[in-house]
Amino acid sequence: MSDWYRDFANSGFGTTITRNLGLPRPAVLRRYEPGQPLLPGPAVVGSAGEGRLRDAVTELLRAEGVHVQSPVTADGATDGEKPAAVILDATGLRTPADLASAHDFLSPAVKRLRATGRVLILADPPSDAASPAQAAARQALDGLVRSIAKELRNGSTANLVHVPEGAEGSIASPVRFFLSGRSAYVDGQVMSVAAADIPAAADDERPLAGKVAVVTGAARGIGAAIAKVMARDGAHVVAVDIPAAGDTLAEVANEIGGTALQLDITADDAPQRLIEHLRERHGGADVVVHNAGITRDKLLVNMDAARWNSVMAVNLQAQLDITQALLDAEGVLKPDARVVCVSSQSGIAGNRGQTNYAASKAGVIGMVRAWAPTFAERGATINAVAPGFIVTEMTAKMPFGTREVGSRINSLQQGGLPVDVAETIAWLSQPGSAGVNGQTVRVCGQSMLGA
Amino acid sequence: MAAPTRPTPARRAAIVGGNRIPFARSNSAYAQASNQDMLTATIDGLVARFGLQGKQLGEVVAGAVLKHARDFNLTRESVLGSRLSATTPAYDVQQACGTGLEAAILVANKIALGQIESGIAGGVDTTSDAPLAVSDDLRRVLIGLNNAKTVQDRLKALGRIRPGMIAPEIPRNAEPRTGLAMGEHAAITAKEWQIGREEQDELAVASHRNMAAAYDRGFFDDLVTPFLGLSRDNNLRPESSVEKLATLKPVFGRGEGATMTAGNSTPLTDGASTVLLGSDEWAAENGLPVLAHLVDAQTAAVDYVHGGEGLLMAPVYAMPVMLARNGLSLQDFDFYEIHEAFASTVLSSLKAWEDEDFCKTRLGLDRPLGSIDRSKLNVNGSSLAAGHPFAATGGRIVAQLAKQLHEAGPGKRGLISVCAAGGQGVVAILES
Repeated sequence: MSDWYRDFANSGFGTTITRNLGLPRPAVLRRYEPGQPLLPGPAVVGSAGEGRLRDAVTELLRAEGVHVQSPVTADGATDGEKPAAVILDATGLRTPADLASAHDFLSPAVKRLRATGRVLILADPPSDAASPAQAAARQALDGLVRSIAKELRNGSTANLVHVPEGAEGSIASPVRFFLSGRSAYVDGQVMSVAAADIPAAADDERPLAGKVAVVTGAARGIGAAIAKVMARDGAHVVAVDIPAAGDTLAEVANEIGGTALQLDITADDAPQRLIEHLRERHGGADVVVHNAGITRDKLLVNMDAARWNSVMAVNLQAQLDITQALLDAEGVLKPDARVVCVSSQSGIAGNRGQTNYAASKAGVIGMVRAWAPTFAERGATINAVAPGFIVTEMTAKMPFGTREVGSRINSLQQGGLPVDVAETIAWLSQPGSAGVNGQTVRVCGQSMLGA
Repeated sequence: MAAPTRPTPARRAAIVGGNRIPFARSNSAYAQASNQDMLTATIDGLVARFGLQGKQLGEVVAGAVLKHARDFNLTRESVLGSRLSATTPAYDVQQACGTGLEAAILVANKIALGQIESGIAGGVDTTSDAPLAVSDDLRRVLIGLNNAKTVQDRLKALGRIRPGMIAPEIPRNAEPRTGLAMGEHAAITAKEWQIGREEQDELAVASHRNMAAAYDRGFFDDLVTPFLGLSRDNNLRPESSVEKLATLKPVFGRGEGATMTAGNSTPLTDGASTVLLGSDEWAAENGLPVLAHLVDAQTAAVDYVHGGEGLLMAPVYAMPVMLARNGLSLQDFDFYEIHEAFASTVLSSLKAWEDEDFCKTRLGLDRPLGSIDRSKLNVNGSSLAAGHPFAATGGRIVAQLAKQLHEAGPGKRGLISVCAAGGQGVVAILES
């Protein structure tokens, strides 16, 4: 499942050809590996107006061993190495006129950004603005960051995090994520953090050490990748899949030192059996990843009830039933639990032939948003991840043309890998991500679909 | 035959759980799989279920009835190929169809004695990848050829080969001392106990229906791991009925009284099973459940060659010894697992225990053991439905019964009875 075109475009001959013909030039993305520094080079931190996060971010970067440069100025004065990250603290914005300073900072800095670099903007949410002018200025950043993401090349990304007043303590985890290789395929996204009790920093290499993580649909594809990343980050993984997939499930569990639980999550007694298993064998669960999903594609006019019902049962109803049962069961879901639900780009953009699938995946987004306050009360979180075009066994079976188009129509000009989805889920599962709740994070390379 | 009361053991071995691959009729899904392939996959499924990766267990004990010469160290080789720690010792046992249960008893006894804290018992058999042997005459020629030092000697050795020597010797499911197939032996016993065709077919149908229902309600979800594309036993016929079975022609026994068909006899089967045992302390330390404990076991053998007893009747003799030792009656159980080598074997055993004369003269008892509540017999199906890969049947039954007992709650008792070739039998008691 290697990306032959990306490999070609990055070869000597391929570079010449693609450049001369103006063809897409997908980059080799910077993906996380244990032991890797947060950034492969220095970072530039600037602010538009009187930002309240700049110092905290600078301190955070320094603690990570990142060299923080002074802002690159428009006249071209530079300070040593090319930056690997450009971070703008835009919390000082009051009116659209202040955006000029954002431009003044970003323009020369982004110009010097090295390959697989990161642009990250931190701002207040427009909904909290004191005036229409301030709301306009804050909302303007949406268009700005999404456009920067489209202009960036060489595997670089740009994202925006809304930090409301009082949530300053929650930014470390998202800042680390968006700068690191873990967010390689998350691009052009806008998300929010909230105030939360953030536990003292855990071991960076094994942020999930001592945690029990349930992953459904773990026998193959994205689910297997999630299980592996969770285990790499220190979790004991309870790998769940249907009994018929038990042999590959056992292989995954054995590879990562986890345990296999064969369970049809749509069975009436599935929530109860899962709860009993967690209680008896693991004393509860810290992380639950609802990844299991199926497709039964047909145009709406040709779709029978069986296709509709089976997709709804697996992709949405089982997530609801199991989550509710876990919330109701005394002492099974840990107080600071993390629940991550897999949605889909189809649930945001819709997809021809996928009325059932898209409906179920859109439902997931509504579900996490609605449940977020309940989870926050317990010190827990519930979030969704919406993968775009992810290269799996399933996409390998698509016709060549459909696959090529599907994988290129995003700002990174390539399909994502299961590990990209897994990294995002593992990040949301970290204790330090307590401030990220009710969000749907797209892992799509800024896909043009539903953007 | 007064049995001494049993000294209370220091501790009882816990049955933590089990894993088997779906059983496959001979020359079907597992036609290309070897004993070692199947046993290794089955151990790995158990490892995945209980998180035993890289762990050193006390011992792994397993065996196969039909073995290639290369399988001399089958269990140890399977352990080395598995995800268990390579420092886990292993050994092979073989007691025909009693192998799997005997392996569990051996592991449990070492745990009870405190010699080991944990272990896996298992069994595997393939009748598809069965060892073919060359005839004794050809074998002698080939050994001579191998020892020959000169070209001349080699040619001379080759010259001794005759066309008649070429035919391979295929292993047969027959008793070496009588030349009779096991089914023929069972047919003699069935006739002796006047076991009717219909009651055999009814038992077979119940086995299929019980097992299909158990699969449907997810009972086997944590007992079976798919293998080579199979996720259920391919001998299982949920739609089986007495009417359908009545149409089959008898295959064992002759003439009027022949009652045993392919429908109420087990087919040749490929498969493997494992059971995880440990001390209560070991289970607790590893966060593992205790489904049941192995309370006691007994083997017996009968002289089916000259003694006038049926080949598969040995468990009938083992039973009263074990019951007396534990101060229990045949009725003191919540579940009975009587291995269905043939439906007639189960029915003959039950009838023998009910028969006053037999119990008095053959078993030396004052009164018959009596009858059992048939609704407690093989409640989730047995060998007629699953099939019977000889050495794998014991492990299937132990894990299945342990789970049944666990589901029923604490203090429940289950009885196992397995007949074996060579006129042997193994019985055991489990308790939750």
